[in-house]
Amino acid sequence: MAQIRIENVRKDFGSFTAVKSSSFTIEDGEFFMLLGPSGCGKTTTLRMMAGLELPTSGQIYIDGEEVGRKRARDRDIAFVFQMFALYPHMTVGGNISYPLKSQGMPRAEIKRRVGEVARILGIEDILTRPVGGLSGGDRQRVALGRAIVRDPKAFFMDEPLGALDAEFREHMAEELRALHDRMGATTVYVTHDQLEAMQMGDKIVVMNHGVVEQFGKPQEIYDWPATMFVAEFIGSPPMNFLAFDGAVQPGAMGVMLGDAPVTVPEAREGHSGSLALGIRPEHVRLDDRAAYRGTVIAVEYLGTTQIVTLSSRFGDIKARIASSQRVREGETTGLSFNERTVTLFNRETGQALRSAANEGVLRHG
Amino acid sequence: MSDFSVTEPSPGQKWIAGVLVALYAVITILPLVWIIATGFKSSADSIAYPPKVLFEPQLEGYVNLFTTQTRQTAEYLAQHPPQTWYEKIVHDRGLVIAGPSRFGERFLNSVIIGFGSTFLTIVLGTLAAYAFSRFRVPLKDDLLFFILSTRMMPPIAVAIPIFLMFRSLGLSDTHAGMILLYTAVNLSLAVWLLKGFIDEIPMEYEEAALIDGYTRFQAFNRVVLPQAATGIAATAIFCLIFAWNEYAFAVLLTSGTAQTAPPFIPTIIGVGGQDWPAVAAGATIFLLPVMVFTILLRKHLLRGITFGAVRK
Repeated sequence: MAQIRIENVRKDFGSFTAVKSSSFTIEDGEFFMLLGPSGCGKTTTLRMMAGLELPTSGQIYIDGEEVGRKRARDRDIAFVFQMFALYPHMTVGGNISYPLKSQGMPRAEIKRRVGEVARILGIEDILTRPVGGLSGGDRQRVALGRAIVRDPKAFFMDEPLGALDAEFREHMAEELRALHDRMGATTVYVTHDQLEAMQMGDKIVVMNHGVVEQFGKPQEIYDWPATMFVAEFIGSPPMNFLAFDGAVQPGAMGVMLGDAPVTVPEAREGHSGSLALGIRPEHVRLDDRAAYRGTVIAVEYLGTTQIVTLSSRFGDIKARIASSQRVREGETTGLSFNERTVTLFNRETGQALRSAANEGVLRHG
Repeated sequence: MSDFSVTEPSPGQKWIAGVLVALYAVITILPLVWIIATGFKSSADSIAYPPKVLFEPQLEGYVNLFTTQTRQTAEYLAQHPPQTWYEKIVHDRGLVIAGPSRFGERFLNSVIIGFGSTFLTIVLGTLAAYAFSRFRVPLKDDLLFFILSTRMMPPIAVAIPIFLMFRSLGLSDTHAGMILLYTAVNLSLAVWLLKGFIDEIPMEYEEAALIDGYTRFQAFNRVVLPQAATGIAATAIFCLIFAWNEYAFAVLLTSGTAQTAPPFIPTIIGVGGQDWPAVAAGATIFLLPVMVFTILLRKHLLRGITFGAVRK
């Protein structure tokens, strides 16, 4: 098991840059999520860590050793592919034992380890079957078995649940997380599903256009996004943005949305020009006494909560409030924000402005 | 689905289809049956008019094919009674066997050159196709077009330059020369066909093997090749059929040592007139290897071995 460190890694394919100078550290035993929309460079980053692509520049350390130029087979890692990539001409047992055969392990030892892995995954009864006719879940288990049988330094998984049906994904996600907790192995997991990332990950890296946007614990990233991209990509519905022009000085405790004052966490960084006020839907309250006004344009009922969409002077806002509160379309009401959760963004760069509240999170991100 | 709905054919349609297939089978199989039958006819029966459909089968054609014979006096024949069944067939016609004919050697040449060039084509073609399929090869598209362009005119169009080249390189009438020639002709087709088959094999299989501790060559050998078996078998059949049946280059470039069966069979002339049964016997034996090879590889052609292992 090992720590993995990525330093200034870059990957160009011809004139296209897939990954631009990424750096982050994955601690020993962590379940680490590489999250981002398709084409953001997350799979390329993982493939460079695995040795399936050579980085154009930068260093990759596994267990303190620089492996950027090493071949995949010399890195002692395991990879679970999105489409499983089970060897179609072999049986289940053949697939699981294949990584051991390359090491020239004695047959009895191979048999013992394959049996042990099969027991962990609950696939002992299908070891002699060809992989062709297996269900999605069983194929997933065989792919996992092939990965864990060798006891590698780290597991790399490229959207391993992407090929499964929705109802089965949840179940496999739990199984995967349980397996990780039991083995304590460093795991790097690529996904475009922000819910999956938050549900399973110890830490998340959010990537976009080949750039690491933010890196941290799921809750830190959710509460204190470093960029407008992260704020929008994570959370459903995403963070609300109220776009306004104004100025913030370091030390300011509030901003003016037109003529309505809004309290914000103490600013540690100033900016004047295009700004955005970011607030999560669950931190918006409908409060008739508030100065900032909005008109209800839609209501979605979600059981215990409802999502109310309001149109307001600086943009539409979604509020997640209790279903018990009566809201009618067309009515105008005041909007108050939980001031401890507001983030201000520089709209020109998309970066969050540092404040007393998010400073701790943004410093290491 | 609605645009291409599949409906069960009616019994009438099935019946018509059956008749058409049967007619087509008769048209294609009849010449083969006639050749095989002629091989078992006597000389007289083979040129009988009207043609004989029912006849007494003989092995005269096959014996003539494999032996050379000389005419002997009745006295000599009486003193030397036949020892074996084939000597008897010859003896009854007032002849004795002088020795084996050239057919065996020519047939063996065909086997060496046909299978040799097919093997070489498949080895080179698979490696080239793999490289084109998997690696970033500079000028890949131009190279592939260049390879294909070698098939844009019939190979025999370059017969004279090849003849001159073979003569100056000492390749005329050698096995190596014919193997090289047929490999060169077949290789472009093989690279294109095999590249298509290898493109279909997901790259993840090899990557899984690379991570599982195997070298690139081991991954190719143990993971890609078994997956490509179907394509390799189909390509090998095409290559073998071309090399096996090729006539024009064989006539031009071989005369003795490396002569293959196609130019030899028409030269079989019996003692006193065209020996049609021997020619037919030669053609029949010549047909067998390609038939056997195709039947052996048939299950590879039909088996969809990658089915279901990767979800698309």
